[in-house]
Amino acid sequence: MVRYEGKTVVKLNVNGAVHELAVRPSALLLDVLRDMLGLTGAKPGCRNGDCGACTVILDGWPAKSCLVLAVEAQGHSITTVEGLNGTAEIQKCFVEKNAFQCGYCTSGFLMVCQALKMQHPVMPPEYVIEEWLQSNLCRCTSYQEIRSAVAAMYRQGS
Amino acid sequence: MIPFDFIYCLPNTLREAYDAFWGLTSVGKNPVYYAGGSEIITMCRAGSIRPGAVVDIKTIPECQHLFENQDALHIGSACTLNQIKESKLFPLLSLSCGRIADHTNQCRITLGGNLCGTIMYRETSLPFLLSDATVQLFGKEGLRMVSFQSVFDGRMRLEPGELVVKLSVPRWALTAPHFHAKHAACEKIDYPLVSMAALQKDGKLRVAFSGLCARPFRSANMEEVLNNRSLSFEERAQDAAKLLPEPAHGDAEGSGEYRLFVLKNTLQALLEEAEYGAV
Repeated sequence: MVRYEGKTVVKLNVNGAVHELAVRPSALLLDVLRDMLGLTGAKPGCRNGDCGACTVILDGWPAKSCLVLAVEAQGHSITTVEGLNGTAEIQKCFVEKNAFQCGYCTSGFLMVCQALKMQHPVMPPEYVIEEWLQSNLCRCTSYQEIRSAVAAMYRQGS
Repeated sequence: MIPFDFIYCLPNTLREAYDAFWGLTSVGKNPVYYAGGSEIITMCRAGSIRPGAVVDIKTIPECQHLFENQDALHIGSACTLNQIKESKLFPLLSLSCGRIADHTNQCRITLGGNLCGTIMYRETSLPFLLSDATVQLFGKEGLRMVSFQSVFDGRMRLEPGELVVKLSVPRWALTAPHFHAKHAACEKIDYPLVSMAALQKDGKLRVAFSGLCARPFRSANMEEVLNNRSLSFEERAQDAAKLLPEPAHGDAEGSGEYRLFVLKNTLQALLEEAEYGAV
């Protein structure tokens, strides 16, 4: 049985690189990514699992990093928006479709869209896309443009 | 950030989990079982709870089961709502899981967490209340299997330190005609004003609710009225709404009166669908 008490060294696989980090068992993945690894793409928004600004990809599925303990993420593959390297299809489509205004929610939306493409390589029914995107909030209400970006991602990938 | 420390344990077996729970309890650590973590992390951050330890059960093999055999469908307590939904093995439960929180959170929230959590809605309980489901628990005497209804009266009634291992649903319920409706105040993703699940067995409707009262419930009295074919749909819906086991819940999402209004419309829609074959 694994047991962590007090600060413990864990190995996190983030964007393909393994990092050894000393974390408290109650440390949240979001804080560790931002404060210890400098990966500030995952944004603190509500910190309550509602807004989705902190979304990362955990083993191919979207996860709100404010609701994941860093110690739990050990042994799993974590991808942040930095791991997309600015070259992912969805990033280009967001630019083409102007799918943001202030940009605070953008990295979270990008990660949900990227995970959607990983789980559904072929364009899924409209209700599936809607269901996935409903996990995130955009206070600038760029929702229509984000939908267009997702559609463009699938068109360009086909 | 969670403003305090706790011990994190990741047991490999049910016995290890149970022993860890009591070992930590004996040194005053006030442990909680943990799986998806969304409710526990939120409450720790908000200061509503302050466990000295969490015992993470999500890698225990028995808690990850999701398979069908000759008798039943078996669903481990650490299965996520999304796993259950995507498996499509129990369509009514898939519908319930698909309307709890949002999709990303459904990838983390577990069946056990939804059933044992402190948030009163526990919407995954409804299909189990209707389907003669059983639940396997691990406690002092090891494993025990009991009917779900005998340990769920709106919340799980477990022995101290006992943990939910899996739920089993008899095969008839997996293919039975079913109906699900969830009405929230504003949007699709919200706590329910009325969440209703229904299964048909031997031509009779079984119906359970969440959001309507302060706890999820199934009512034999309401089912009797709803199955009384001598009355019109409207009469049945009106009469059933008078038979709630406790007053309709009122909060910022909606008053008790409004919930009753929504209930009557929901019941009438259910009866129409059941009658005309679209259930």
